[in-house]
Amino acid sequence: MDARPLRPPKTAAARLVERVDAAFDWPFGGRANPLRHLGALGFHLFWILLASGIYLYFAFDATATGAYRSIDELSQTPAGALARGLHRYASDAFVLVIALHVLREWLLGRFTGARWFPWVTGVALIGLVYASGIGGYWLVWDALAQFSLTATAEWLDRLPLFGLTLVRNFLDAGQMSDRFYSLLLFLHIGIPLALLAGMWLHIQRVARADVTPSRALALGTLATLAVLAFVDPALSQAPADVATAPSRLPLDWWLLFVHPLMYRTSPAALWAAVAGFAALTLALPWLVRAPRPAVARVSPENCNGCGRCFVDCPFGAVVLGPRTDAKRAPAQARVIAELCVACGICAGACPSSTPFRSIAELVTGIDMPQRPLAVVRDELERALAGLSGGPRIVLFGCDHAAEVRRFARADTGAVSLLCAGQLPPSFVEYALRGGADGVLVAGCERDGCRYRLGDAWTAERLGGRREPHLRASVPAERVRTAWTASAAGLERELEAFRASLAALRARPAARALPPRRLGGATTEGMVTR
Amino acid sequence: MNKVARYAVQVLLYVAFGAAIGYFSSRPAFEVMPSDQALVRLSFSHGAKPIAPCRERTEEELAKLAPNMRVKLDCPRERTPVKVEIEMDGKPLYEIVAAPAGIRRDGASTVYRRLPVAAGKHTFKARLSDSPDGKFGYTAEEVVDLAPGRVLLIDFNAGQGGFLFRR
Repeated sequence: MDARPLRPPKTAAARLVERVDAAFDWPFGGRANPLRHLGALGFHLFWILLASGIYLYFAFDATATGAYRSIDELSQTPAGALARGLHRYASDAFVLVIALHVLREWLLGRFTGARWFPWVTGVALIGLVYASGIGGYWLVWDALAQFSLTATAEWLDRLPLFGLTLVRNFLDAGQMSDRFYSLLLFLHIGIPLALLAGMWLHIQRVARADVTPSRALALGTLATLAVLAFVDPALSQAPADVATAPSRLPLDWWLLFVHPLMYRTSPAALWAAVAGFAALTLALPWLVRAPRPAVARVSPENCNGCGRCFVDCPFGAVVLGPRTDAKRAPAQARVIAELCVACGICAGACPSSTPFRSIAELVTGIDMPQRPLAVVRDELERALAGLSGGPRIVLFGCDHAAEVRRFARADTGAVSLLCAGQLPPSFVEYALRGGADGVLVAGCERDGCRYRLGDAWTAERLGGRREPHLRASVPAERVRTAWTASAAGLERELEAFRASLAALRARPAARALPPRRLGGATTEGMVTR
Repeated sequence: MNKVARYAVQVLLYVAFGAAIGYFSSRPAFEVMPSDQALVRLSFSHGAKPIAPCRERTEEELAKLAPNMRVKLDCPRERTPVKVEIEMDGKPLYEIVAAPAGIRRDGASTVYRRLPVAAGKHTFKARLSDSPDGKFGYTAEEVVDLAPGRVLLIDFNAGQGGFLFRR
């Protein structure tokens, strides 16, 4: 068995994120908690930008003389004011959501190992976000656009490529041409399209990416931005005039803070800051040495190529390929080591991961070397053998949520897992047949699974909606799930479960399953091999 | 009651989100420059004279060259750096020696500078040297009344006589 640690200890930053997430869970619920769906919110805001942008495009006169007038006229109509306000505020919100998303993934350490790809592609998108947003301001050609365009030209001119020639295009009124406006419009359509392509690339190594927020979150966000568009309409400044330089400008700090930063320092300093930030963040997956966990291993003689591990893997790390043995089965699972994050969800999906098999050592079709299901079964049997007293409960828990071993006591056996999704449903029935009065499966908060889909797959398997599923003959009142990252929350769930099981035992009509023979000679409540 | 409280907190958080977005979308205003100031922009692109005069190659030098390269005049590609001095009301405002662009330093010298100045009537003197002897071959003087927030563009075009003051 691989002796590497099951998981690194939870960092203070991760605990902070969990506390903040939990605080937002109370008013919003997991499904609508914006902090748990920042990526999906980003996509949602992009679609708002796209829809409002299309509306604005049809009204926009892309000429030097017509641009300002056309946008100003549009803003006088309710629909135009709404579209323009949504477009501006959605772009600001997009920046905020992206910043929170990057910060959250960084604090949770979700950039190491196989997760380097979404991190690197995501960080690279930040530049496109700013290019899209800042370019949009130029189209209005008001005083703010003039300021931003000139400042951007001064910044770009710092590169040897341009040699101080770019800014000369914006110093003389006669130089602003219709062709130039067409170029600005082309940039503002082309760069966001590149951004969309980048967003698609960003989610390629993530199965079933969360790109659609819940209806409540989507409507809440849209409504907030729409109300804002009417309460504080997006308006143009005075028309651009190269012969004047305004002393004060209402600035969109979400997008245009780079300009004051440049004028307070220098173009070279801003380049150094941008280059430094980009280099540091892009190199982060290789700068931080996180222990690389052992990846899943396939046992061909126990794999019949059913494909459930392939379907359930949240990171696309399991594929089906030709068999490497003579077994008569259509295919065989194969693990792509670079993509595997060692969650064990594949082991939970494997139909051969059943503890009822009578073989001496349980070897399943796909398993985790650092936490094989044979070891999980042994621990379960030892826990069952040691249960005594009140309602006897077996607690299966994920290593990334509350630490379950703390809850082990005379009447409660605790078995730790890499992820709740590692648990094959048959283990629940095995525990009940082995003498437990109830089984509680605990994991991270809903929509907060460290491996993205462990909570969802476990809930569906235990609810009979996903293969492999818990058999219908297992009494539902003796199985419960608890999705909470806090020890206090798990304690409450455990006590509530205990109370409900105690009520069951008090009812003569409701009997617990009698201890069953699990293999070899048995005595009631104990298992020997 | 608990449900009402949760919805109330949700609304408050959405309002806070909207308020943060809306506030920083246009506030606080950024002070680009003090309200009693104007802006002078010095901007031009000018190709100076060669750094050394042309000379005639000797017969021996010509003989060493390939037949298609035997040109009598040998003119260096490198241009002289352009030196510019701007004075305002008799005091130095800005000066720079701008190197020619290009790997072989044979391109134009480009200058751009933002110079915030106090608003009011000022006398500007501009001098430019683009020859190896360092003499200022182009000079200009202009009295300009700059209102607060106005921009004076000092351009240079040798073909149009030298310095151009645009406002």
